[in-house]
Amino acid sequence: MEPIVELRNVTKVFGGKIGSPNAVTALEDMTFSVEPGYPHIITIAGESGSGKTTMMMLLLGFYEPSAGQVLYNGKDIFKQKKEDMLDFRRNVQAVFQDPFAVYNPFYKVDNLLSIPIKNFGLAKNKRETRDLMEEALMRVGLRPEETLGRYPHQLSGGQRQRIAVARALVLKPKLLIADEPVSMVDASLRATLLKNLRDMNQEYSIPILYITHDLTTAYHVSDYIIVLYHGSVMEAGDVELVIRTPKHPYTQLLVNSIPWPDPNHLWGEAQEITRGRQAARHGCKFAPRCPKAFDLCTQKVPPLYLTNGGHAASCFLYEGNPVVEKADLSSLFPKR
Amino acid sequence: MTQPNSATLKTYLPLLEIKDLRTYFYVKAGTVKAVDGLDLTLDSGTKLGLVGESGSGKSTMALSIMRMIRMPGTIQGQIMLNGVDLLKLSEDEMRKTRLSEIAMIPQGAMNSLNPVMRIKNQIIDGMLDHGIKGSKREMMNRVYTLLERVELSPRVANMYPHELSGGMKQRVTVAIAISLRPKILIADEPTSALDVVIQRQVMETITGLVRDLDLSMILIGHDMGLMAQSVDRLAVMYAGKLAEVGAMKDLFAEPFHPYTRLLISSLPVLGQRGVFQGIPGIPPSVINPPPGCLFRARCPNVIQGVCDKTFPNYVEVKPGHLVACHLYGGA
Repeated sequence: MEPIVELRNVTKVFGGKIGSPNAVTALEDMTFSVEPGYPHIITIAGESGSGKTTMMMLLLGFYEPSAGQVLYNGKDIFKQKKEDMLDFRRNVQAVFQDPFAVYNPFYKVDNLLSIPIKNFGLAKNKRETRDLMEEALMRVGLRPEETLGRYPHQLSGGQRQRIAVARALVLKPKLLIADEPVSMVDASLRATLLKNLRDMNQEYSIPILYITHDLTTAYHVSDYIIVLYHGSVMEAGDVELVIRTPKHPYTQLLVNSIPWPDPNHLWGEAQEITRGRQAARHGCKFAPRCPKAFDLCTQKVPPLYLTNGGHAASCFLYEGNPVVEKADLSSLFPKR
Repeated sequence: MTQPNSATLKTYLPLLEIKDLRTYFYVKAGTVKAVDGLDLTLDSGTKLGLVGESGSGKSTMALSIMRMIRMPGTIQGQIMLNGVDLLKLSEDEMRKTRLSEIAMIPQGAMNSLNPVMRIKNQIIDGMLDHGIKGSKREMMNRVYTLLERVELSPRVANMYPHELSGGMKQRVTVAIAISLRPKILIADEPTSALDVVIQRQVMETITGLVRDLDLSMILIGHDMGLMAQSVDRLAVMYAGKLAEVGAMKDLFAEPFHPYTRLLISSLPVLGQRGVFQGIPGIPPSVINPPPGCLFRARCPNVIQGVCDKTFPNYVEVKPGHLVACHLYGGA
């Protein structure tokens, strides 16, 4: 099946041209695609500076790639016709991190829902608009009579974030990109919001890209995961395998640092030799911090080695295992 | 009849004892009862976690201990530090107590350092204010010792905040907080803006210092994961009141208050994936709160005609484990 959106050898650098000494590479030679029509959630995980937000901005067409192409239905989104662009805008929806910033405080929250309905001509009259809005709100577990007609400041962060999810839902998109949707929401409301996303994913068969630094929620909500470090894929595959048996020393460091809310599951041994965030210019980007690095790591960039079924790590520790070509990254996320 | 031995009495005196703390803000819309009748004790050498949703009053409670509540806020009750009521001290005495007795690591280190002052001067500033004098070399030696304590390079002394990463800035605020060897460290979400790896490293530095310098700590936050990794005792706040307090491990293993139960079952643990159990409803407003237990609107175990009448008394369900819920009597 043809992917909905696709990154083809995309590189994004800031502060100069590719290769110039001052340029910061936010995302490097990334090939990735999302297939429509079946429910799956892929987490894009990484720390600040890993390139996860850059990847989202590229997928949403907010950034133009420095090299490579971003495709929607097989067409370059920066070269497509206006009608196709509108179609792209409708079918690829996003939920952003900050439930306070997406609202205009002077307008009632109804606006956030009614504007897309109006813009895309989804309803013929006021009655239909109202019905659509109510349906979407009930989908995310909000009572329309307690929500519509209110101003943003009258609602909690969790409620506002759920309305943002409802807004995306109104358009019945083919792909939803959620950028840290729960990081600013209270713990007691987090689980509900993630459940809303998961239900929506299942009921409407909308694939979701879940962008986060929080591996605990990623583990619970998603099916697959991509771990990024300084713009490159370190490890990818089935979320259960990656979190339970991380293979890349970087993922091991991350997983070991998760503060599990369980007094019997304490932080594991730290596995890092030097603290730092500077990426190596040659070889594996994680090599300077890696406790297991050897000569080869500083000379060559490791490809993605398959470590077991549905799980691959970009690390020379697994040299000799079958290689997953960069272009075949999405083969690690099979339909099931 | 034997007189109680003064030495044994002393060991029973908690380091910090908060009695019936009420921090109210009088605003146009009414009285915001941010902290409403809170009792809490902190024993010497303990790490106490204070969790709650936004608006539950946990940060207000920290600021009340520091007496940093401004008009239209008022603090009533007692905050006894080693037998001295902080609320009765003069402003000048309180100023001396801050940093030297109780120090605070603020939330969001990004905004708490002065952007136009070198790190060394920001560290020295607090010491000078508390009358510590010394030659330039002596003061610099103190700065280097403190930086080493928080695992920063001495080079940091001459830098400005913008040259440091988030984790490094947070370490600087820790260095400032321990500069006068306080007895109590209050850390208000010290790592909420940091990545997991850095969060863990900063947290391990803080708990290491608490151990090595024999401090006591109040860690405030909403991240139950961080609490499970870092504290000995845990206090759960809800709408300005304490719902439950006990040993951290007991609280996780056997929570009594329905709110704590729901909170703990909503947490993602490693085990079965895809199980979500949120807490229905939304946190209540604490402007002119009605009588009774404010969790009743979201509570699965609500007792009609009881929970909306009075706030339950604290019942000691286990030694040192207190719960405020009508399910356990104590009306």
